[in-house]
Amino acid sequence: MDIFLQQIINGIVLGSVYALVALGYTMVYGILGLINFAHGEVVMIGAMVALAVINALSGTALPGPVIVLLGLMVAMPTCMALGYGIERIAYRPLRHAPRLAALITAIGVSIVLQNSAMIIWGRQYITFPPLLPSKPHFVAGAAISDLQIFIVLLAALIMVGLLFLVHRTRLGRAMRATAQNAEVAGLMGVNINTIISITFIVGSALAAVAGLMVSGYYGLAHYYMGFSLGLKAFTAAVLGGIGNLGGAMLGGLLLGIIESLGAGYIGQLTGGFLGSNYQDVFAFFVLILVLVFRPSGLLGERIAERA
Amino acid sequence: MSRWEKLKRNPRAAWAAFILIAVLLAVLPFLADTLLSRSWVRIIDFVLLYIILALGLNIVVGFAGLLDLGYVAFFAVGAYLYALLASPHFGIHLPFWALLPLGAGVTCIFGVLLGAPTLRLRGDYLAIVTLGFGEIIRIFLNNLNAPINITNGPQGVNKIDPVSFGGFSLNQSHQLFDINFPSVHNYYYLFLALTILVIFISMRLQDSRIGRAWVAVREDEVAAKAMGINTRNIKLLAFAMGASFGGVGGGLFAGFQGFISPESFTLIESIMILCMVVLGGMGNIAGVVLGVVLLVVLPEALRYIGPFEQALFGRVIVDPADLRMLIFGLALILVMLFRPAGLLPSTIRKREFEAEDEVEAQNGARA
Amino acid sequence: MKLSHAFALTILAATLGLQGCGKEQTTSSGLVVKIGSVAPLTGPQAHLGKDNDNGARLAIEEVNAQNLVIGGKKVHFELISEDDQADPKTATIVAQKLVDQKVNAVIGHLNSGATIPASKIYHDAGVVQISPSATAIPYTQQGFKNAFRVMTNDEQQGKVLGEFAVKQMAAKKIAIIDDRTAYGQGLADQFEKAAKAGGAEILAREYTTDRATDFLAILTTIKGGQPDVVFYGGMDAQAGPMVKQMRSLGLNAKFLGGDGTQSREFIKIAGADAEGVTASTPGLPMEKMPGGSGFLKKFESKYGKIQIYAPYAYDAAMTLVDAMKKADSVDPAKYLPVLAQIRRNGVTGPIAFDAKGDVKGGAVTLYQVKGGNWVPLQTMGQEAPPAADASPAADGKSPFSAGY
Repeated sequence: MDIFLQQIINGIVLGSVYALVALGYTMVYGILGLINFAHGEVVMIGAMVALAVINALSGTALPGPVIVLLGLMVAMPTCMALGYGIERIAYRPLRHAPRLAALITAIGVSIVLQNSAMIIWGRQYITFPPLLPSKPHFVAGAAISDLQIFIVLLAALIMVGLLFLVHRTRLGRAMRATAQNAEVAGLMGVNINTIISITFIVGSALAAVAGLMVSGYYGLAHYYMGFSLGLKAFTAAVLGGIGNLGGAMLGGLLLGIIESLGAGYIGQLTGGFLGSNYQDVFAFFVLILVLVFRPSGLLGERIAERA
Repeated sequence: MSRWEKLKRNPRAAWAAFILIAVLLAVLPFLADTLLSRSWVRIIDFVLLYIILALGLNIVVGFAGLLDLGYVAFFAVGAYLYALLASPHFGIHLPFWALLPLGAGVTCIFGVLLGAPTLRLRGDYLAIVTLGFGEIIRIFLNNLNAPINITNGPQGVNKIDPVSFGGFSLNQSHQLFDINFPSVHNYYYLFLALTILVIFISMRLQDSRIGRAWVAVREDEVAAKAMGINTRNIKLLAFAMGASFGGVGGGLFAGFQGFISPESFTLIESIMILCMVVLGGMGNIAGVVLGVVLLVVLPEALRYIGPFEQALFGRVIVDPADLRMLIFGLALILVMLFRPAGLLPSTIRKREFEAEDEVEAQNGARA
Repeated sequence: MKLSHAFALTILAATLGLQGCGKEQTTSSGLVVKIGSVAPLTGPQAHLGKDNDNGARLAIEEVNAQNLVIGGKKVHFELISEDDQADPKTATIVAQKLVDQKVNAVIGHLNSGATIPASKIYHDAGVVQISPSATAIPYTQQGFKNAFRVMTNDEQQGKVLGEFAVKQMAAKKIAIIDDRTAYGQGLADQFEKAAKAGGAEILAREYTTDRATDFLAILTTIKGGQPDVVFYGGMDAQAGPMVKQMRSLGLNAKFLGGDGTQSREFIKIAGADAEGVTASTPGLPMEKMPGGSGFLKKFESKYGKIQIYAPYAYDAAMTLVDAMKKADSVDPAKYLPVLAQIRRNGVTGPIAFDAKGDVKGGAVTLYQVKGGNWVPLQTMGQEAPPAADASPAADGKSPFSAGY
């Protein structure tokens, strides 16, 4: 039982990481209907910038959490500017072009960001200095660290903040209006370009948080880390219903738990025929199954057949 | 297009152009070999191989409008089928002429199998499911070395039989009319023949009843259904046709390389093939061919930035290895910014996309 | 269309540039010898690829400073670096490109998956190839007389590791994880074979990928079986977080890895949890080899820290040059027989090749992290190394008796 509990804890923490990145995908998708393939790379840049600051300060007498916070203070505006720039340069000119065109520029932006990071920070793994407490607590035989608890809480907090922003503020109303119908929203006095820019900026600020969190949690960052993380997060967003904030959270948590339980129990489930090497197969299988029965994800709105 | 129309009206000029192109294609490997180097013949071989693959994906994405991010799965299945049935791995050595149709057939079935569950999905949901299928196939290939060793896992399959017809192996140099045909040249002619066949099939498909049905499904699935088109079958047919092209390409790849391993069939490969299709102008065969040429040749040409910098500035300022992929990424962005519908867009496709865009905007999920 | 014209022009200009460089070069004073160096310089393994390239580059620079005369001519070595992106297809294009440029030898590639298809092209062209890091067994089993490696293969190293786990670490129950790459899976399979033969029980084979950072799920499963030793076949970027996560779960089994783990990076990533981890590296401890510490100093002052395989690339290059010197020729046909028979001391250990082209004997040294540094424990392998009795654990006392 303690093993099962441990797997669930593992899954929830991993899922919170996915969810945080997935929120960025889903925000942009909700407004523009665009898969922002470069979001994973923005997360990577966030991690890299934060780590550069943190590593520069880690020798000083400042307490650990302050250094980490300072790293975030630099990484966040950097990512926000980056997100704004990406939208301005690579997506805005293509807003009325074929949708796949923006997908290709997104891939191009990914490649450019990856290789720029490689040139700036080098090809090595960059390590996170041991500033954060990682002592495990044992609850009913299962281990959980302060950092893990913090990650789950932070993801939940950001989620609540975003829901408040989207559903309770003027800005959020404008966002929702733009998502519903950009043209009509424009006619109603919403400055669509500003709204879209803000969406990208908020999404990228989240990416900076996610990047810092991922690199702090796993202890390292690399210029290539954005790709697989982005892929997983994107899968999570689709699982939950892309475009839906709650869906991203649910999808992320579910994907994390599915992966954990998959890796942990797939051997027993298949009588030892399949092992943890089929962990991703298991995750994708669940995703496909969900989409076959709910073609727009768990919380996604059902898109009616066009009339 | 207008130039093409003019050529059609002037048969003599058309024939002249045709003969010129034919002669050029016939001597291309020798030209490349002497003017550039042998590695460029190899690059041209890969261009042809990717044209076959990209035209297969073009049927799914360009003609039928189904965004497929797992296309590399069919490439992988074709390659492994060839490798397992023509290598010492199982000790089976089937001849090439039997393997190619077999590969096409098996991947065709795979296309239907993977296509069937996705019929209800649209747009990006379809993309992620096909992506999932692509990854699932790769993971199976990477892990099916235990409990029974089928694919030899991550170690890959080595010593794959080269393509040969009877005793005529394409892996050896041959003398013909006092001209030496090295291995890469032999493969060039084989790939060229199959590429032309695939282009021909694509063109015939595009103009056929099936091709029009694909356009109809792409433009408006509900309307197509109302018009009496069996949308399920027509979509499955697109998956099957596209997959079989991928299978043929896979078989050729295995025979050409002599060694395959799962790392050749990653998601990035699917994305690159999709880029080729979209960059060139999807739905348009000439556009796809152009897209392939650019995206295969560009990264290789960019290997010469080092010597180029040397010639320009007298020394190498920036490490060429640092710049190569950076420039490649920038080129992707720039091409799309200046030619959003692709370098050679298909006219119908362009119109359709603009229309779909509005519908999608209305239907798009909400934050 | 303007844009595609621009592309065509760029390509044309670039290829014309190539024409200028592609010809056989002889400077007024002597002969230019081209050595190809291939590794992934972009993509997820670029840090390892650049490391290999730097190792080869340092060797070539040192040799050039010596103003060698071979075959009566002053020779200048030129290193041509290429990026194979760890992709088998690109590897063959790059291999052909190097053959076109008439290289006298090639150092590379890094991955087995790229090395094997490329080796066919080098073989057909008669170009000598030494891989500094490909460990897959089939590479040297193709019957190619021109293909060598200065790195032990999976079988050699896996066997040593398996025996070490059973005998020295006294492991009864072992859990094995690998990253499903050709390297990780190959090493883990050979380790499993040797450990089973030694009488240990294999509790579980678990798997991850070479991109993963989260191993809690498989580690939790492993924890349930309470193993003595966890073996990982894979690279430091996974091994580091893996050890940390093991400790955070309260899984206190000993951690054992191969050469992919035995790096400075690993200690940096795993931090305090690295303490006590054991890993092997082919060859002998560098400080025991003549020129070893000199190499270390020079490399670090020039390129920073070694990732993993730079010393092997350095040895590959030095071995090539040595063979050329001894044969008094840079012609592969002439120096190949000399290379096949060579016996020399590299910075990673004594270098000699067996009939297949594998490094002879396959000495493997085990290291343990003590006080934040890798400390050599003992050297194992068939052939007695030059300074065999100097290994600290040769007296049969297990370094693990103290426990940790």
